[in-house]
Amino acid sequence: MKNCLVVDDSKVIRKVARHILESLDLSVTEAVDGQDALAQCEAAVPDVVLLDWNMPVMSGMEFLQALPGANLAARPKIIFCTTENGISHIKAAVEAGADEYVMKPFDRDTLESKLSIVGVI
Amino acid sequence: MPTTPSSSGASSRSATRILSGLLEARTGQILSESRAWRMETALKPVLRAHGLADMDMLAARLVSQKDVALENAVVNALLNNESSFFRDLQIFDMIQRHILPQFHAQRHDRTLRIWSAGCSTGQEAYSIAIQICNDMARWRGWRIEILATDISTTAIEQARAGLFNQMDVQRGLAVGDLIKWFEPSGDDWSAHPALRQMIDFRTDNLFDARAPVGEYDLLLCRNVLLYFTPERRQNVLRLLARHSHARSVLLLGAGETVIGQSDDFIPHAEFRGGYGRRPEGAAQAEGPVRRAL
Repeated sequence: MKNCLVVDDSKVIRKVARHILESLDLSVTEAVDGQDALAQCEAAVPDVVLLDWNMPVMSGMEFLQALPGANLAARPKIIFCTTENGISHIKAAVEAGADEYVMKPFDRDTLESKLSIVGVI
Repeated sequence: MPTTPSSSGASSRSATRILSGLLEARTGQILSESRAWRMETALKPVLRAHGLADMDMLAARLVSQKDVALENAVVNALLNNESSFFRDLQIFDMIQRHILPQFHAQRHDRTLRIWSAGCSTGQEAYSIAIQICNDMARWRGWRIEILATDISTTAIEQARAGLFNQMDVQRGLAVGDLIKWFEPSGDDWSAHPALRQMIDFRTDNLFDARAPVGEYDLLLCRNVLLYFTPERRQNVLRLLARHSHARSVLLLGAGETVIGQSDDFIPHAEFRGGYGRRPEGAAQAEGPVRRAL
């Protein structure tokens, strides 16, 4: 079973995402910010990271920028999942290495579609 | 005869019959049980716009006076316009990696003709246009014609405008294609003019088709046949055959097939899930299809 790391400081969003992802036959782990996510990725690389942008301690963008320097066995797919819906943010995320981008609010079809595009399901 | 609003809020069976009968007469589509229960929800905007209390009153209005605008509004509301970009990703992968390159190799007149029949709000046609534009080095100097037809006037208007909301552009569309081929337009996203100019969107009825002209290389009629009776499916498949050639590829929706419904098409030898024309004089594996009246 493939694993998705959900990184979001909102407990509600993590819960909603977990519910959808588990219904798509993915196992789910959670992180509350970028630093927590980085530590978890170094311990065990997930197949995909669902990444919020604005978080305390370490933002999603800072996580993405720190990823190449981290000691990871492999690079996970990164799907930004954020309320930052402007084209400039989307372009910045892609330029920084995000594989996909989900604009909140999202639903099951959207997540399924994006996971399919990055080849996780 | 005027009808009083039903006290329960539920429509009478006769109203449901009249409205689904109108849909079938105008489009050939049968309202399945799974869609019939959504009829009232789908028609709420029409009821509001025409000051009608419920579906009984709507049915009564349709029966008592000829109101083409109201009929059109009802038909448009009842049609299922669900669509998404790159719907069934494997199909589009096959189109990009195998089908389009084969036409590129075969068509010495450097003309590629595609027909998206039952295109709804246009995502299928835009998806093909994106694939071609992303591979422009291959297609430079070619004449590319994409015809996209649907019976719904509102769906075609939206398709032609090329405006999609946030949910639409997130279903199936890769972020790279979103950035490259769409730009924000208020709360929506607008398709690049280069894409819109590639596609000829037309309102057209598959049972009285006027838009298709000549033969098409790739014909897509996906998730359309399932709404029709077997006889009408045969009629549509005969239409598609008339507008195809020996090397055309027909793609239907998952769960749709030509088997037992067409003498003209057979499963494609190379493209899994696709159909090609039956070679002239080739034996039929099954008996000929019963001709529709």
